[in-house]
This record gives sequence, structure tokens and C-alpha cells, in this order.
Amino acid sequence: MANIKELSKIPERLTGGHRLCAGCGASIAVRQILMGTTSPVVAGAATGCLEVATTIYPYTAWNVPFIHNAFENVAATISGAETAYRALKKKGKITKDIKFVAFGGDGGTYDIGLQSLSGALERGHNFVYVCYNNEAYENTGVQRSSATPKGASTTTAPAGKASYGKPQMRKDLTAIVAAHNIPYAAQGSISHWNDVVTKSQKAFAVKGPAFLNILSLCHRGWRYRQEDTVKVSKLAVETGYWPLIEIENGKWRFTYRPKERKPVVEFLKTQGRFKHLFKEGNKSVLDEIQKDIDNYWEYLEKLVRAT
Amino acid sequence: MMTKKLIALTGDQAAAEAMRQIEPDVVAAYPITPQTEIVMNFSQFAADGRVKTEMIPVESEHSAMSACVGSAASGARTMTATSANGLALMWEIVYITASLRLPIVMPVVNRALSGPINIHCDHSDTMGARDSGWIQIYCENAQEVYENIIVAVKIAEHKKILLPVMVCQDGFITSHAVEGISIFPDDKVKKFIGEYTPEHSLLDVENPVTYGPLDLQDFYFEHKRQEAEAMKSALKTIPAVLAEFNKTFDKSHDLVEEYKLSDAEVAIVVLSSTAGTAKGVVDELRKKGVKAGLLKPKFFRPFPKARITKALSNLKAVAVLDRSDSFSGEGGPLFSEIKAALYESEKRPPVIDYIFGLGGRDIFPEDIKKVYKDLQEIKKTKKIKSPVNYLGIRE
Repeated sequence: MANIKELSKIPERLTGGHRLCAGCGASIAVRQILMGTTSPVVAGAATGCLEVATTIYPYTAWNVPFIHNAFENVAATISGAETAYRALKKKGKITKDIKFVAFGGDGGTYDIGLQSLSGALERGHNFVYVCYNNEAYENTGVQRSSATPKGASTTTAPAGKASYGKPQMRKDLTAIVAAHNIPYAAQGSISHWNDVVTKSQKAFAVKGPAFLNILSLCHRGWRYRQEDTVKVSKLAVETGYWPLIEIENGKWRFTYRPKERKPVVEFLKTQGRFKHLFKEGNKSVLDEIQKDIDNYWEYLEKLVRAT
Repeated sequence: MMTKKLIALTGDQAAAEAMRQIEPDVVAAYPITPQTEIVMNFSQFAADGRVKTEMIPVESEHSAMSACVGSAASGARTMTATSANGLALMWEIVYITASLRLPIVMPVVNRALSGPINIHCDHSDTMGARDSGWIQIYCENAQEVYENIIVAVKIAEHKKILLPVMVCQDGFITSHAVEGISIFPDDKVKKFIGEYTPEHSLLDVENPVTYGPLDLQDFYFEHKRQEAEAMKSALKTIPAVLAEFNKTFDKSHDLVEEYKLSDAEVAIVVLSSTAGTAKGVVDELRKKGVKAGLLKPKFFRPFPKARITKALSNLKAVAVLDRSDSFSGEGGPLFSEIKAALYESEKRPPVIDYIFGLGGRDIFPEDIKKVYKDLQEIKKTKKIKSPVNYLGIRE
């Protein structure tokens, strides 16, 4: 458990003045994650909102060493930095203990960066990979990704007369990552800050790769009022839409279990991206989404029991 | 006189041997034919504890170059190696490496770029990367591969240059043929290249630097201008580095190699291993009284224009042998650049192009003799019937 008084003493590593939107979930996620260690940190980011809005030359919002390379390769890039660190430490050219963290959006992680991530996880680099997951290519104007949920309307899988938006379920990336048998993987939501910081502390503490999939809302893409980011995040957790889980050395666990899961429509109705689902004729899609969530929750319960 | 060791090595092994002596901090590489033996041999050196290098056995060439960027930005001396489709897969990051001014040295074993798929030699892979901001050195034989990789480290890391370098050798022809290679003593190589101490490092947590920021209309142009200037001024700095290398190791490296060119009337311009074959033809023709010569550009990037113009402008006819096509309909890339270089010259010899050896098609002394014969005809008639020709092909 993180102590907020202690956390407040950690100097800001991502400063204000960057150009992310007011109410953006990404910067909240980054700041919570960077509270997970007091060691010096080297950060990398994939091309995306976070990188674009925090490093417009000649300005930077990063108070820690930072590298951006391209869209699909932040895991490989950080793996190079982490290896260089080991090589130079062995030579005595570096004496400090340094932590490495890579940030990628869901596009840069679930889709185009998946191979790079898988390679880095398999090689066992000592780094934390954070997917700041806003469930679409928000940076380029809300295109679908494999993290986009069923039924959401995006600009490349829009709702229309013949479509209810994305027909497929989102990819279960956390499980895919866990299948690499890394020491630590978890899902978090910025609404549950203490849960995120605690998971980040664990992720930075393990030896080897750790993965954090943090639901980091985008009010522009999800279409809700910018001041509601935390409220909508909370509903994602309370409805079971985004379960707070962790996989520690192969053991699955809920880190938070809502007393009673609210119906998923409570979450869906807050956002413009699902608005069309509430029109006549789409009730079956809403039922399907609820069923998917119930089934997935049951699947997680089985994993928790089995491990 | 320094003690030299003569050992039998292939071009790939010679590259690995140079890397063993350089002993980079980090090597991130992915195997691809015909580069594979470089990675295999070097991995064995690491496994046997003969180098302290940290290996990153990446899952693709894209990740190889990406990891190299992370490593080099962290202040580690970093190398990789590739061929053909592997270079194509890392393409995006090849440009980023140069723009970040990271002094990564990469042996490239030239191989035909798909499609159709083919594993044998031509220059379509690195010729495509000629505008990526990398220095390119082309090697005639395994000895040159060995020496150029060592000097490439010094060139790449030179404070006035700071650009990545490709050291290119012909796939299979050089990479898999065994030659007697003269090896320098380890300590002498290490002393020559020295320690790598970059001005900035990603691992300098006390002085955090942001690498790879978003660079828009305000500054992108200035940064690309700086990159262009770095390459241009490298042409002035490289000869000094080569001179230091020559002095240390008793060698005679230069930007270009002129072979029997001073009194020549006709000459061929060709890169890499084919220059060796052509030199034999020149010797034969000289015995018959033909004033034949050869120009082998060793550096293609930066393009040593002044040296090339000076070497060629007094000739009566010049043939360029291109081991890749540009599909412009106007010949290969070497041809275009040689012609452009001569445009500003007061004396402009007629220049003819021969595209040859694509996909590893062998080139024989007879083919090269035919080119010199054509040149003598051009010398006589001062006319070129067909500016772009294909050599050693069924048509």
C-alpha cells in the first residue's frame, strides 16, 4: 500500500506545462506509475499522444532521461538502453542503480508494437512496460485498435446504418503478456490510484520484465466531459468492464473486487462512443457485451482458483 | 614493424574478427543469410568469454536497430549487422539512427533485395539506403572488410562526424570465400579506436536529456540541414582518420582507389569485389598496350565528388558498372551520380552504364573485356549507342 504523504515527497518526473488535453488519463497514469520507485528512472515512449504532447522541441516535460524512437519499438529501444546500462555497469562506467520504464499506447502495444514487446519480455530485460490504454488510436483521431471494445464507434469502425461499431471483442493483452511467464503483470485504472502505485512499486521491484496495463481514458475519443475522467474510470472498474488483477509469478489475483458488479450499461451510457447502442435495435449488442463481461469475469475467477 | 598474424578467414569471419577486437559494449543482431556467420561467430566469442560484449538476441532486424538506438543513446559502443530484407525491415530506424547522430557501425553483407526472393549478391539493399544519412564504405575483399570495420568505428565516433556507418561486402563472393587475412594485434586495435565517451548519455540521470522529441516546422529543417552538413564535412574529416589508420597499421586507405588511372584513356568505375576481377582485366589489357584503368570508390556516402571528377575528367571514355538498378529507366545509382559529378567538369568524357550481377549472377573477365572493348569504340567514335546496358544477361 502506498502512503500518500510519502508519495507527495517524490519530485515530479513529468512536469506540468505539457500539451496533453485537460482531463487526459495518460498523464495521470504516467505520474502514478513514476511514483512507484524512488530510484533514478530512464523513460521511453512509443509515438503517440504522450510523446507528441510532452516533447515538442525545444521543450520537454520530462525531468528524467527520456527517449522516443518510433511507434512500434519502445520495448526494443528500452531493452537496448537497459542492456547498455548492464554493459557499462560491468565496466564500472556507471555506479548508480537505474530503473527502466517504457510507455506505449494501446496502438503501440496491442497492435504495431506487440512483436517488439514480446521479444523484450522473452529476453527478460529488467524493465517495466506500461500500456497507457485508451482503447483506440486517439492521437490520430480515434481509429479502432485491437484494444477497442466491442460496440464502440471509432472513425475506422464507425457505427452506421449497417454497423454497430466494432464487431470484435478486444484482445486480452494482459493474459498474452502473462503467458510469457514474466514475474509480474497487472491491470490498473487511474481511478484507483493506490492500486496503480502499489502495482507500480511491485513492477519496479521485481527482477526481470514487468507489465502494467493501465486504463487511461481519453475523453475526446470516448466522448464524455473532460472533468469526468476519474468518474468514468471508476465505473469501468465497478461494472467489471476493467478488472483490477495482477499475475505475480504465475498466480492470478483480484486486487480489488467490487462488492456487487454494476450492470455494464452504467459505464457504457456515460460515453458518446457507445451512444448508438442505446438506440432501438441494438439491445442485443448491449446484452452481448454484458454477457462477454460476465464470461470473462468467470474465466478470471477460474484462473484465480487454479493458480 | 608490427607483428602481423595471417589467418584464413571468410569475409563474414573477418567482420566478426574485427568486432572481436573492437569488443563493442552491446551487439543487437538478428541472423539473415549471408550475414549469419558474422552473428554466429561473434555470439561464440561472447559465449566463450573472449569478449565482454552484452548480446541482445532480438526477434527481428527492426528490433535490432531499435535496440541499437537505445543502447547507443545510452553511451554504449554499439554494433549490429544485416543483409538485404533485414536492412529493409530496419529501414525506418536506419533513418532515425542517422538523425539522432548515433555512431553505430553495421557490417552489411550485400544481397539482392526481394522480390523475387534471392539470397545472392547485388547492391540493391544498401543502394536503397544511400540517402538514409549513413556513411557507406564498399569493400573489395575480406581484408578490406576487416580493416574498414575497425576504421569505421573511429570515423563514426569522431566528434566532427557522429554518423552511423555501413561497411558493405559482397554476399557469398566475399562473405563466404576464404582468404588469407592479416590481423592486427588486439591491443593495437583497441588503442587505435580508444574509449567511447559521448558528450551526452541517456543514462546520465543527473543531467536528463530528451532524445527523439517531436520536431515540427520550427526546427526540423534546421536539424536536417545539420545532418547534411555533418555528412558534407565528413568528407574533410575522413581523410585525416584514414591517415591516422594508415600510419598506425602501415596501410594506404583512401576515399577512392585509382588503379592504373594516371595515364589511362578508358576506365571502368565499379564498387566492391568486381573491382578485383576488373583489375586483372586491366593488367591483361595493359600488356596488349591498351591504356585501361579503373576507379573504385570506397566511400559512396559521403560521395567523394572532387576526387571522382579529378580521376575521370581526363579520360576518353568511362563505363560505370552498377550492381543494382534504380528503375528510373536511366541506369543504376552509381551511374547517375558519376554522371552528375562530371557535369560541372570542364572536360566531360562520355559515360556508359552496365548493370550487372543482379541476384548473384556471376561476372567474368570476358564480360569486363567486352566493356573495355566498347569503351575503345566510344573513344574512337565519340558516340554512345546505348547509354544503359545489361551485362551477362539473356536478352
